[in-house]
Amino acid sequence: MTELYEQQRAMRAMRKAAMQRGVIAVLDIGTSKIGCLVLRFDGVDRSMANDGVGSLAGQSGFRVIGAATTRSRGVRFGEIDAMQETERAIRTAIQAAQKMANIRVDHVIATFSGASPRSYGVAGEVEVAGSAVTEDDIARVMASCDVPDYGEGREVLHAQPVNFALDHRSGLSDPRGQTGKRLAVDMHLLTVDAATIRNVAYCIKRCDLELAGLASSSYTAALASLVEDEQELGAACIDMGGGATGVSIFMKKHMIFADTVRLGGDHVTSDISKGLQIPMATAERIKTFYGGILATGMDDREMIEIGGDTGDWEHDRRTVSRSELIGIMRPRVEEILEEVRKVLDAAGFDHLPSQQIVLTGGASQIPGIDSLAPRILGQQVRIGRPLRVQGLPQAATGAAFASAVGLCLFAASPQDEWWDFDIPAATYPARSLRRAVKWFRDNW
Amino acid sequence: MQSLNASRTPRRDPAPSRWAYRVHRMWLTPFYRAMLRVGLPVFVLLFVAGWYISNPTNRYAIVEKVGEIRRSIETRPEFTVKLMAIEGASPVVDRAIRDMVPVEFPASSFDLDLEAIKAEIAALDVTESVSLRIRPGGVMEVTITEREPVVLWRRAGGIDLLDDTGHRVASLKARADRADLPLIVGEGASDAVTQALALIDAAGPVAPRLRGLVRVGERRWDLVLDRDQRIMLPETAPVAALEQVLALDEAQDLLARDLTHIDMRNPARPTLRMTEPAVTELRRIRSYESGDTQ
Repeated sequence: MTELYEQQRAMRAMRKAAMQRGVIAVLDIGTSKIGCLVLRFDGVDRSMANDGVGSLAGQSGFRVIGAATTRSRGVRFGEIDAMQETERAIRTAIQAAQKMANIRVDHVIATFSGASPRSYGVAGEVEVAGSAVTEDDIARVMASCDVPDYGEGREVLHAQPVNFALDHRSGLSDPRGQTGKRLAVDMHLLTVDAATIRNVAYCIKRCDLELAGLASSSYTAALASLVEDEQELGAACIDMGGGATGVSIFMKKHMIFADTVRLGGDHVTSDISKGLQIPMATAERIKTFYGGILATGMDDREMIEIGGDTGDWEHDRRTVSRSELIGIMRPRVEEILEEVRKVLDAAGFDHLPSQQIVLTGGASQIPGIDSLAPRILGQQVRIGRPLRVQGLPQAATGAAFASAVGLCLFAASPQDEWWDFDIPAATYPARSLRRAVKWFRDNW
Repeated sequence: MQSLNASRTPRRDPAPSRWAYRVHRMWLTPFYRAMLRVGLPVFVLLFVAGWYISNPTNRYAIVEKVGEIRRSIETRPEFTVKLMAIEGASPVVDRAIRDMVPVEFPASSFDLDLEAIKAEIAALDVTESVSLRIRPGGVMEVTITEREPVVLWRRAGGIDLLDDTGHRVASLKARADRADLPLIVGEGASDAVTQALALIDAAGPVAPRLRGLVRVGERRWDLVLDRDQRIMLPETAPVAALEQVLALDEAQDLLARDLTHIDMRNPARPTLRMTEPAVTELRRIRSYESGDTQ
């Protein structure tokens, strides 16, 4: 845990350095596509430093100057499966984005959807040292959290304090300076498979890039698609990707739960491919052009040529009605949504005051999903598109780019991960220079 | 079974190779970019130029070529000066200038040092001002203004002609050559030519009798008339003193009398010096008046 903490702090330092240099790339490693956006930071926004969130939700500070997507290779269920292939795909995306931005990028923030994330709620409690709560108290209370045994081969990806409590008062977002005796914190811990992180880091290193941050795509997609009041009142974001469907629940502007369902749009495609006996590429094309969830009488008459390449005339001239296609797609989409329902039930989503559900990601663009999803998930469902970001090309504004856009916001907005707070003074060596510097800074 | 439309190429899925990717990134680095786009061509050019110049044969060839081009331009007919035209000079000065200017015509206008020629001509005493230009048509035009001699100055060495500023114009062998000009004599006379001219002008009524002006002690003038008469003028306001004398002459016919000097050095107390016979005569007359019998 300490090792990862140090790693994350190192990545944070790198991210700060990159923002000072002004250019950073965000990389969305997905199952069906790899997207890369190059961001340019035009100096730190003044208001952002003071208020936490500046004008345009802190987006005025950056601008997208390069964007590229490429077909993903070697990624399954949001995890790297064939390293060389993935590396090639990342190279392609990065090179194209650099070419568009006409600038060299050295730092990259990556997101991925798989790696079977698991959420933990941990709590810590500590006596306040002075009369008022200081930064050091916050650092201590977070260090005092009893970390659950999340198992061998897992790493912490996100660790965010979601709630502070001071004596009998709970629900504080910032207890600094308040008077009290006992400070307690609730922290949300998200662990993922260490091997996946290592693979991503290795691929990025092979591309001569520095990894300046990692995030779960469930989290970043929610950052981009949930509007502010949804994040505040409680909402679930369902990022329907190619190989995995990410679920994250937000409450009081903090992520309190995240998980993935290892099913996605690629499974729908493979169902079509198997059911109609056509290649994956054709199945994908048919899905994109003619796919749907709700069949009407009209769809029986709409015939789709599915073609073939065998030389057998009868085989190559097959047609299928659109309702048949819908008949193949619907059960799989229903299955995905059922699985999401299960995850939400397990997370206790029913107990949240607001039950808003936002569907985003590439697979959320299937026509008719807005009428199917409410039957399974609940009444308050909407299809979310990512926030508009300055300079983003029109082609990259669709729902499929939710996690890439969310990663831009993640890079630009102030961070509230555990490692972004101060280190407790007690962990410094007794006679270190840093301790002296910290003492001076705290007292003057 | 073979596909019938097998001519369709398999779907391409290009990805940059590791090296292509690295080179592209390097190319996007501003330093490398500047080096390749500016540094390298400049270096190559300088290297080639340096290598070419380092060979002495090439250096000579360059100098030779430059000289040749220069000559070919200089000797074009547009730039040749065929003759010199002198305006405003008397024949003597004209000849002197032609002897003095050491240019063989025709010459290229690039070879003519107009400033030096101008300084040389201006150095002549007779020259008041001179301007030189090369007129279209290959003519070097010398426009000269000669000094006008207004007075003669007799010195130990001979007679000089002076202009109205006192500058020497030329020498003269005999006074009779320029009988029309008045004569001045004495050390430092040339420095007071203006005053001398004013005096000569004022002495108009006695002009036929005027012999000349003598500078005395480099400070004042004597006006010399015939019959050895002298009007000694003061240092300051000599013209007024002279006019005083001329007024006396007008009224009492003073200068026709038997005087040698009219001393006006103190204008408030004019003094006359008479000739010896006149003095004797005056004494005689005075003795009659006093009733003295001899």
